[in-house]
Amino acid sequence: MGVSAIAEGLFRETPEPTLIGGRHRETGRIVFPCPDDAARWEAVDLPRDGTLWSWTVQRFRPKSPPYIGPQDFAPFPIGYVELPGATIVETQLTGVDFDRLTIGMAMALTVISFATDADGNDVRLYAFTPATEG
Amino acid sequence: MQDVYIVGIGIHPFGRTDGVSGLQQGANAARAAMADAGLEWPNMQFGFGGSDSAGNADTIVNELGLTGLPFINVKNGCATGGSALIGSWQAIASGAHDVGIAIGFDKHPRGAFNALPTEYSLPEWYGEAGFMVTTQFFAMKLQRYMALHGITATSLGRVAEKAFRNAVHAAHAWRRSPVDIDTILNAQMISDPLTKYMFCSPAEGGVALVLASAKKARELGRDQVRIKAAVVRTRPPGSFEVFAPCMDIKRGGAPTLLASKAAFEMAGIGPQDIDLAQLQDTESGAEIMHMAENGFCADGDQEEWLANGWTNIDGRLPVNTDGGCLACGEPIGASGLRQVYENALQLRGLGGGRQVPGDPRTAYSHVYGAPGISGVTILER
Repeated sequence: MGVSAIAEGLFRETPEPTLIGGRHRETGRIVFPCPDDAARWEAVDLPRDGTLWSWTVQRFRPKSPPYIGPQDFAPFPIGYVELPGATIVETQLTGVDFDRLTIGMAMALTVISFATDADGNDVRLYAFTPATEG
Repeated sequence: MQDVYIVGIGIHPFGRTDGVSGLQQGANAARAAMADAGLEWPNMQFGFGGSDSAGNADTIVNELGLTGLPFINVKNGCATGGSALIGSWQAIASGAHDVGIAIGFDKHPRGAFNALPTEYSLPEWYGEAGFMVTTQFFAMKLQRYMALHGITATSLGRVAEKAFRNAVHAAHAWRRSPVDIDTILNAQMISDPLTKYMFCSPAEGGVALVLASAKKARELGRDQVRIKAAVVRTRPPGSFEVFAPCMDIKRGGAPTLLASKAAFEMAGIGPQDIDLAQLQDTESGAEIMHMAENGFCADGDQEEWLANGWTNIDGRLPVNTDGGCLACGEPIGASGLRQVYENALQLRGLGGGRQVPGDPRTAYSHVYGAPGISGVTILER
């Protein structure tokens, strides 16, 4: 059994996790993920730290397809995290009690085990978790 | 441009009608609308119509008759009905035709809408990770709005409670039993902060409107309800829409802001002149946010409005007088025309137990949906 990212080009896991966005070559606008159009967009590392812009909890299992998460469903929080000077990204949230979620709280990028694919591989997904203090 | 009147209105009940296709529900609505106008299918000079997931509307000629009329299919997401109305309105306002019909219908499977990434030009991983769920977007837009503008969960409950209370008196509504606010607030959470009674459900239904020129409307004795404005707008930069892996830090406008402004300009009146409104209520918070986006109150003032019952049937601006999407369900192709049906009915004074008092003269309707589209109509008696 190995480890595989949910998709190529979304993030790097080592040495520190990094989300890969795209910067428009003319306007400088930054988006996530990086569009598959190298003539207009160049890959750029996004900041690892940000603040929670909004959130909710996914209380029922999304339909499959397309969802590939575990059949044994547990509600999970999702949100948008504002990465200063870059963009606001949609993300799963991890390592936080639902009732602690507050708009504006400091968040940091991490990578989680999200699902197991047909070959038994551990499917990895980016996520944000509350930033540790100090 | 000549004036355009709504001379006939028809509806097939919303909700679930087993054994009747979406198209047949549209045809039933069309027959009712033509009967209401005192007309028949061969009198229709053109048709515009659509559904999101119940097939091509032009095949309705198989149900209604092979008269050879031009029939234009509309597939415009949540604005399907509104777009069909605009097409019909333009066909008559331009002087090209005297009378025609706009039809919207739908029939969706049970459960949440199931969208696939490729339909929205999104990568596969986005759906695999669990983000292709429309309820998440509505919840997150609302969660931020509540934090910024001091909207409480109690207000969300009040909106849903009003919807079910109004629908008791609407024969075409789906959920016609009152639900008390404690039940609404304590029900199963679907996507925080929204419980199951605060979301509309995919459903079925059909609506048709017969439109006519002033001359034709007078001939029919149906020159009461006039279309003052009908517009559709797509999203401006920086708007927050469903299925967005990212958004710009610099926030911008919203399609509803554009559509509302254009409609008021076209009608030559303002929000203070409107007597009743049907506002897109995909969930309770959407109605609250759309009160402000359409210019009826300032952000945050909805708390006071709802606490005082100002959007009730007997309030200063009755909103969603037939229970809206919350009580009628959401057949995407039909919802926009349902709102206009309800407004025309109210302006004729035929609302029965849900009739807005005080002889209303102006009525506003607003739809909003994916992928960032909004339609507004204003009717006047």
